[in-house]
Amino acid sequence: MEIGLGHYLTVSAIVFTLGVIGIFLNRKNVIIILMSIEMMLLAVNLNLVAFSTHLHDLVGQIFAMIILTVAAAEAAIGLAILVVYFRNRGSIRVEDINLMKG
Amino acid sequence: MILQGIAFYVFAALLVASGVMVISSRNPVHSVLFLILAFFQAAGLCLLMGAEFIAMILVIVYVGAVAVLFLFVVMMLDINFRELRQGAMEVLPLGGLIGLILFAELAAVLGGWIVAPGVEKLAGSPTPSIDTVSNTVALGRLMYTQYVYLFQACGIVLLVAMIGAIVLTLRHRVGVRKQDIGAQLARRRDEVVAIRKVTTGEGV
Repeated sequence: MEIGLGHYLTVSAIVFTLGVIGIFLNRKNVIIILMSIEMMLLAVNLNLVAFSTHLHDLVGQIFAMIILTVAAAEAAIGLAILVVYFRNRGSIRVEDINLMKG
Repeated sequence: MILQGIAFYVFAALLVASGVMVISSRNPVHSVLFLILAFFQAAGLCLLMGAEFIAMILVIVYVGAVAVLFLFVVMMLDINFRELRQGAMEVLPLGGLIGLILFAELAAVLGGWIVAPGVEKLAGSPTPSIDTVSNTVALGRLMYTQYVYLFQACGIVLLVAMIGAIVLTLRHRVGVRKQDIGAQLARRRDEVVAIRKVTTGEGV
């Protein structure tokens, strides 16, 4: 039972797919959509780390750290926007977020 | 080797199961907690692959910062989440179909991945042998030399995100009395102090 590159890539593909399905499933709830995006970024990170360790190239792990940084920044900004929006409108329904519609 | 297999399947199964619970649980607080569990399992997978530093960073950054941030926001906002769940079952067939197609494509591309022989010679920064240099030291040596500009760009991204989050959520309340140091320092004695001559027995 040798655990190879394909196993890790399959797991990360499943997690990525779960993130995509989560966006469809919870299309009214912005918080869960943000969590789904975090999960997709996690899957991408797993992919990068898997390739990095199996091909013995450290650059993949550097990239994974940069994705981690961007994910943290994205979560902070996204949740800040969410809090401000909730203060202004009293709801976070995705259907209500259409003020910028031309 | 058998232990590695068992550990992989335990981590992978728990990761997928908690991922399913994140997107399907009714209470968002439960979603966040399952997200934390998923991050821990991913850290375990990274550990299993030999990327120890990334595993620890996953725990620190994702669990310690991002997931706790989510938890704060979910608990702070007073939202009727039951109402937000309505209509989820209507889009499940479409979402499931798209997910299935996506997964089939990903599996077709990634599942049969074959590494060409001699690809190690093409590595941009080959991993040094674990016997001589640990993973963290090797990553640090690479990150602070060859990728130092990328590292500093990450710092800028975080700085901008921090300033952005503060600026977005800063609230100017009216009617709150605060110390205004500029106004205090700008006061002059002759503007605020008046000297009166008071004659005895008459008052001001």
